[in-house]
Amino acid sequence: MTNVLANIFGKSPVVPLEKHIEVAFRCAKKLRPFMTAAVKGDWDRAIAYRDQIEDLEHKADDLKKEIRLNLPKSLFMPVPRQDLLELLLVQDMIANRTKDVSGLVLGRRLRVPAAISKQFLQFVDRNIDAAKQARKSVRELDELFATGFRGAEVHLVEELIEELDRIETDTDGKQAELRAALFEIEDTLKPVDAVFMYKIIELTGEIADMAERVGRRLELLLSH
Amino acid sequence: MEAATIYIVLAALFGVFMAWGIGANDVANAMATSVGSKALTIKQAILVAAVFEFLGAVLAGGEVTSTIRKGIVDIELLAATPELLVYGMLAALLAAGTWLFIASHKGWPVSTTHSIVGAIVGFAAVGIGVDAVQWGKVGLIVMSWVVSPLTAGFIAYLIYQSVLKLILRRDDPLAHAKRYVPIYIFFAAFAITLVTILKGLKHVGFDISLRDSYLLATAIAVVIALIGAVAIQRIKSDPKAEKSQHFYTVERVFGVLMIVTACSMAFAHGSNDVANAIGPLAAVISVAQNGIVTAEAALPLWVLMLGGAGIVIGLATFGIRVISTVGKKITQLTPSRGFAAELAAATTIVIASGTGIPVSTTHTLVGAVLGVGLARGIEAIDLRVVARIFVSWVVTIPAGAFLAIVFFFIFKTILP
Repeated sequence: MTNVLANIFGKSPVVPLEKHIEVAFRCAKKLRPFMTAAVKGDWDRAIAYRDQIEDLEHKADDLKKEIRLNLPKSLFMPVPRQDLLELLLVQDMIANRTKDVSGLVLGRRLRVPAAISKQFLQFVDRNIDAAKQARKSVRELDELFATGFRGAEVHLVEELIEELDRIETDTDGKQAELRAALFEIEDTLKPVDAVFMYKIIELTGEIADMAERVGRRLELLLSH
Repeated sequence: MEAATIYIVLAALFGVFMAWGIGANDVANAMATSVGSKALTIKQAILVAAVFEFLGAVLAGGEVTSTIRKGIVDIELLAATPELLVYGMLAALLAAGTWLFIASHKGWPVSTTHSIVGAIVGFAAVGIGVDAVQWGKVGLIVMSWVVSPLTAGFIAYLIYQSVLKLILRRDDPLAHAKRYVPIYIFFAAFAITLVTILKGLKHVGFDISLRDSYLLATAIAVVIALIGAVAIQRIKSDPKAEKSQHFYTVERVFGVLMIVTACSMAFAHGSNDVANAIGPLAAVISVAQNGIVTAEAALPLWVLMLGGAGIVIGLATFGIRVISTVGKKITQLTPSRGFAAELAAATTIVIASGTGIPVSTTHTLVGAVLGVGLARGIEAIDLRVVARIFVSWVVTIPAGAFLAIVFFFIFKTILP
């Protein structure tokens, strides 16, 4: 049976969006144990973590589809539907990039050179920090909707986004240092491996880039 | 059996059928808001509905009942043929009841009020003559069907804006909620009490001056607000369920307010919609007992009781299920939003009741919810429903009218 009063309400995207960033973050977080295993050349464990990363990426994808299906054009929302869909898209990229980079490492059984491995793992960690901060910011969505995107809650979210930006800037610095360190030793590597190492650094850095874009999208919502 | 007895028995049966339908659908909608926001359990909602529907019907339902009974059909024209009014009102009750039964099975958003008004206009215009309809009054009623959701939406918008500005957007929303919510409770209680005193107590035999009415309403509202304030002070925040802004506890504070607005909503509904069932019943009884059409007949108390009982039975049988389905789907209506919608709808409906205009509770509530949405209060509103409501208007009035005409001619043939 349908009912007018019940049917005025579309499915709220807020809790699903918060759930989605949670999954995307958990996916990114798996990159650390994966890389730790890969640096050691422990490929059995790396494969196990890679499987977990894939599962989480699929889960994020399913959530993304479900949210989209529940956001028909007939919905009237406090913020433009398009902005929410774009937020969802960049959230999803965090999981996608994690999957890409782990796939590339595993596919080539690529060993990170011992000389830069510590620095590399720190870089990975910082990218995961960015994803974590993105999650913390998106988790405030329900409060933002509760306040109609004005007032004290907005300042709180703005501070969270500023911190997210600082973390992202930090990853940029670390990425440049890492590339410089790799350049120093690249002659000792197989040329193809060296090329892919640069590629992996770049892809990993995109996790923080996507997290930062989550912040930009949130900011857009605040400006309405 | 005497013809008069047959009329009364039939009218009572149809009236209870109609009241049952109102209880199963309309009341359920009115109460689902409070259940959905978890301010009340289903059992509490039924208790509140039973008590306040009755109070609303008895204390403030007289004006609308009289509109349904004698405001739509020009009963002066029927002085010579009172039995036509009996057939017509019986037909209208059965038509509206049947239409509601079909519609709620199909899930169409039809309004009880629209069905009964359409049915009465139908039998009068076709069965008696186009002149038998008081078109001016009917036009006013139809206009109110547009105006009441708009008014409720506007009031809800203002109330929710004030909630945002005074409480939710502040630095410490919890402290502000504890300070301002008792004031909202005062206004909710004041509005309903005042209308009851101004419009209702006269029917029960009290006559209070205007100044005393305001004083009394203020006094009662202050007492209710104080009780609410005490309940609110006892709410402690639960650190596990919270983030920094304490919105979880803020909503619990609004939950107290919502108990008051739920009572208002049930009262408002009782004051307006019970008349849909007992208005025609009252018309039949006055003709059957007196043998003549009279505009002055008093409404027997047992008729009101019958209407109230039918509603409570409808609520207890089918309404429970409607409340729980609707309640689950409207979780976006948190207490801070739900109260704004309920208070706006209840106030609008009670004012309409006071002026004797039958409006649709559900549609008024929908208007109020849209008002909260316009104040950016609701995450996602599906606008397709608004279109469906318009379609239901266009369909319900002719459908009610058509069924009433058919039943009218059947009754005219078979009844003594």
